[in-house]
Amino acid sequence: MNLIKIKAILQAKEITNHISIDIEVNSIIASDLMSDVLHANASAELLLTGLANNQAVRTCEIAGIKAIIFVRGKSPPIETIKLAEECNIPLLTCEYSMFEACGILYSKGLKTAK
Amino acid sequence: MEQETILSEEFEITGGDFINGGMASCRIKNILKEIGIDAEIMRRVAIASYEAEMNVVMYAKKGKMKLILTPHRIVIKVEDEGPGIPDIELAMQPGYSTATPEMREMGFGAGMGLPNIQKNADIFNINSTVGKGTNLQIVINLNNKNV
Repeated sequence: MNLIKIKAILQAKEITNHISIDIEVNSIIASDLMSDVLHANASAELLLTGLANNQAVRTCEIAGIKAIIFVRGKSPPIETIKLAEECNIPLLTCEYSMFEACGILYSKGLKTAK
Repeated sequence: MEQETILSEEFEITGGDFINGGMASCRIKNILKEIGIDAEIMRRVAIASYEAEMNVVMYAKKGKMKLILTPHRIVIKVEDEGPGIPDIELAMQPGYSTATPEMREMGFGAGMGLPNIQKNADIFNINSTVGKGTNLQIVINLNNKNV
């Protein structure tokens, strides 16, 4: 599914500037613990997390995850936004809880990363 | 048998620096990407080095991470000046963690750091002295896919 469509489904807002969200993401990992993300992310393309800091971005850079959506309306500090822009990883935020965001995307056919 | 070193680079890691923690591993990943290392091997090196780097950031005063590339393998060596690990076998168990609340707020402390390194390494050696520090050696074979 295109990230533009996921943004609309979750009524999410873009945090980063000048990074295209016209990208395909078909597998998702949802976690606040970055080692769990690194352990299980072989095919993850999108991270759903409540962890709004540099390490969320670094984890995606390391693991090749294309984008992050923060849940519960979280927004990271400016240095994290700058880091994401350097790494070309779009950051979005939505008001849904982790449970709700996962349920909505699962019901739309998105799959968990194996 | 010692192998010819194609590339060797060393990075400093500062304990407690969660803002820059992970920078060395990202640089290692970029170096391997520029060389044209196979994507799956690059991913394994990046994850193992990142977990090792974040362990230094979380637990040690400071440390060094060295990337060594030879024709047949990638070696990551990490040496830190930290508290050391009293029981390595216990620390290797998935889910076991001594992380503080601050570390957990940073997204770590899942107890998967050392198991993640082991999972991604072909050879993983760990030596630790309590009160002195911990040394890691992570070897990932290139399997003739590259270089």
